[in-house]
Amino acid sequence: MRIEIARREKLSPAADAALMALAVPAALVVGGAVMAAAGLPPVAAFRAIFRAAFFGGAYALSDTAVKAIPLIFCGLGCALAFRAGLWNVGAEGQLLLGAWAATGVASFWLPADLSSWIKLPLMLLAGAAAGAAWGLIPAWLKTRLGVSEILASLMLVYVAAQWNTYWIYSPWTDRGFQMTPLFPASAQLWRLSDLAATFPRLTGLTVHAGLAIALLAAAVLAVLMRRSRWGMAWRAMGDNPRAAAAAGINLAFHTAVVMALSGAAAGLAGAVEVAGVVHRLQERFSPGFGFTAITVAWLARLNPWATAALAFVFGGILVGGKEIGSQGVSMLLQGSLLLTVILSEGFRRYRLVVRREERP
Amino acid sequence: MVDGGRLTVDGLVECDNRQPITDNRTGGTPALVGRGVTKRFGELLANDRVDITFSLGEIHAVLGENGAGKSTLMNILAGVCEPDAGEVRLFGRAVHFRNPREAIRAGIGMVHQHFALIPSCTVAQNLTLGDPDGPFFLDRRGLAARLRKLGDETGIRLDPDAIVAELSIGEQQRLELLRLLANRARVLILDEPTAALTPGEADELFVQLKELARRGHAVAFITHKLDEVAACADCITVLRKGRAMATGLPLAQCPREQIIAWMVGEERLTANTVDGLSERGSRQSTTDHRPVALDLANVDAAGLRAVNLQVCAGEIVAIAGVAGNGQRELAEAIVALRRLKGGTRRIAGADATAWPTWRIRGQGVGYIPEDRFAFGVCPNLSLAENLNLLKCAPGAPFFPDRARLQRDACEQADAWRIGRRGLGEPVRYLSGGNVQRAILAREIAAATRLLLAAQPTRGLDIAASAAVRAALLDRRNAGVAVLLISYDLDEIFDLADRIAVMARGRIVAEFSRPFPDRAAIGAAMLGGSARAH
Repeated sequence: MRIEIARREKLSPAADAALMALAVPAALVVGGAVMAAAGLPPVAAFRAIFRAAFFGGAYALSDTAVKAIPLIFCGLGCALAFRAGLWNVGAEGQLLLGAWAATGVASFWLPADLSSWIKLPLMLLAGAAAGAAWGLIPAWLKTRLGVSEILASLMLVYVAAQWNTYWIYSPWTDRGFQMTPLFPASAQLWRLSDLAATFPRLTGLTVHAGLAIALLAAAVLAVLMRRSRWGMAWRAMGDNPRAAAAAGINLAFHTAVVMALSGAAAGLAGAVEVAGVVHRLQERFSPGFGFTAITVAWLARLNPWATAALAFVFGGILVGGKEIGSQGVSMLLQGSLLLTVILSEGFRRYRLVVRREERP
Repeated sequence: MVDGGRLTVDGLVECDNRQPITDNRTGGTPALVGRGVTKRFGELLANDRVDITFSLGEIHAVLGENGAGKSTLMNILAGVCEPDAGEVRLFGRAVHFRNPREAIRAGIGMVHQHFALIPSCTVAQNLTLGDPDGPFFLDRRGLAARLRKLGDETGIRLDPDAIVAELSIGEQQRLELLRLLANRARVLILDEPTAALTPGEADELFVQLKELARRGHAVAFITHKLDEVAACADCITVLRKGRAMATGLPLAQCPREQIIAWMVGEERLTANTVDGLSERGSRQSTTDHRPVALDLANVDAAGLRAVNLQVCAGEIVAIAGVAGNGQRELAEAIVALRRLKGGTRRIAGADATAWPTWRIRGQGVGYIPEDRFAFGVCPNLSLAENLNLLKCAPGAPFFPDRARLQRDACEQADAWRIGRRGLGEPVRYLSGGNVQRAILAREIAAATRLLLAAQPTRGLDIAASAAVRAALLDRRNAGVAVLLISYDLDEIFDLADRIAVMARGRIVAEFSRPFPDRAAIGAAMLGGSARAH
């Protein structure tokens, strides 16, 4: 008997979905095994995580949603770029720059007494614009000089981090601390708990309006990708850029559009995170949303709605990991998920064949 | 006589012998035997209980129209994919190849239509690919010596240090063949080997194949062309819609008409095979003052030198030449996929020298690329999406009407007999001929001013080729300028109003009607060509 790897010809959509879905329980098994090896009780840990993240009532879901929001934005940006064959792995940098620009609008560049109805949209706009600009740099380098967008976008993450560090250490520092002062109330994104005076049951629910914007962004992206002429062009250039160019698709233009939109989505993530959660710019306010989003988008097979759904799963892992007091556990679970997703990708293309006969 | 619609003919019984090691009628030793080979792709039954035998010392031609299942059958025999039912026996032993490498090691090698070469590597480096016993560190001089020795043994010669990307298709094919021989393949299978070759190159290939058969190899090749069968095959197998209409018949037993009937079916034979050209072909005089659609002046580019070429509205200009003499480069330079180093390009009178591809294409320029998979389609997008690919260019509505896109795709699929079933399927599941038809459908419809057709009939069967030629003439008569790049002189003579001959990246001669005979054009093709042998 021997086990062989054979190429799969075709997979029904149902089997395909089942294979992808299997990645999640498989990840739990892998992660649980590692935890058990480290002396942690995996079942108890998972129970705590699930309770904290998903089944702990409205508070748990609200916390999970809060973590999911930046993941949705960044995941959408990644999904769009990857679909067009552009490996924008720098969503984290675009997020950081979006947060920076939103902070500038919130606390420094505009009169303090501006209405939140003007200020908040401007913050989001500034965040999106800054993210887009940060995304356009790799696009320009790629089309003009042939520089790989993978390297450029990744390295710009560290530039963005240093840029923010400069601003919070010196020009925007809050009395010498490495953070900006708290945003004025007019620059804080609406939360459900803001309505607690009228609806007492909403007390303590920190989920903010960014969720609605994120879901709206998913809808916009889904329509653009499926229904628009641009979406057709992006899918074509992602699949075979040479044929796309030969068919008269302007690759330079679309590279710029895709990287700008992708960066804008990540920039929005940064803007809503500072406006809705942190209420100031500080170091390490993002636990690597932009990097986790790569996994999220990939696991979602670059589908906008699936990206949004999976962002909740990953948001839950972040919340649950924090709940049991170990950032390591959530990283472990993310890692196992990535591993099993890649494996399931392999199983989509190949299958194992067990042969019993003797070979000559 | 009729078994499930399959003709059973004398001679079949002996080829179909249950005892593997016996001589069949033509005297060769059966080397590779497929029995009851069945393969299904979703709805499509690509091979239906096919029996076939390749014998040592014989050249076996496998005939059939596009989508008849020829490539699938060869892929199964060569270990590229596994049959759903049936078995493959090599020298009497049942074999299961997990991958082509195992098949090669067992002595079966296949030259695909799309070569598996690394373009940026040299001939010698490519030769060692897939050689399981090759040294870990490559020895350049040793490789060159080995190549020379192989050349002496087989008569197939190539420069070991030439970069594969710079070889013509004919040369790349020779390299593929050499690589199999270097791996001591006894059974050689070629998938449409002549599709991209000039008549001269094809003749040369046949001489090589005959020599290989004489040295005891079993040679099998796929073709649509009866002349090629007559030129070199010992026996034939004809497939239609996945079934073997005849298998392993000695050529002498098969009258031409019978083979055609097997291939296309009796009912379609009279309807639409060859003619239909004559009434369309009524040629207008080409001397009146028609606008110049394409004007290249002194164009220099990688692979092109000082090219001057004009194509007027309503004429077909054909580029004749041996493969690899700048034809592909010329087409790419016209649509700006290749950068011009000098000279000017004018489209319909406007200076298009600095225009990017999308702008040129926006002028009603259709482009049928020579390499249809690399430049013609997005393999993972559906057939419908590929048919509509040009509609994501600027100018089209931002949110296209999806019902209309679907309707357009259906119409094109019907018009080109691609079959609507595949519309939602990724193009990579389609046969090579159907991919070509999809590109033709899209590009011919898009060409309102200029049509660049590089080998438009490559890999198409008789009926489809006739339809393509008719479509080119229709376009011309509708006032479109057509630039036809072909390695098939017959096609050029049939269609062209003017012939420009390319050699070594230059246009070395131009002929107007009445054309001189083939010899004069052939001399021009070879006169300027260093590569032709």
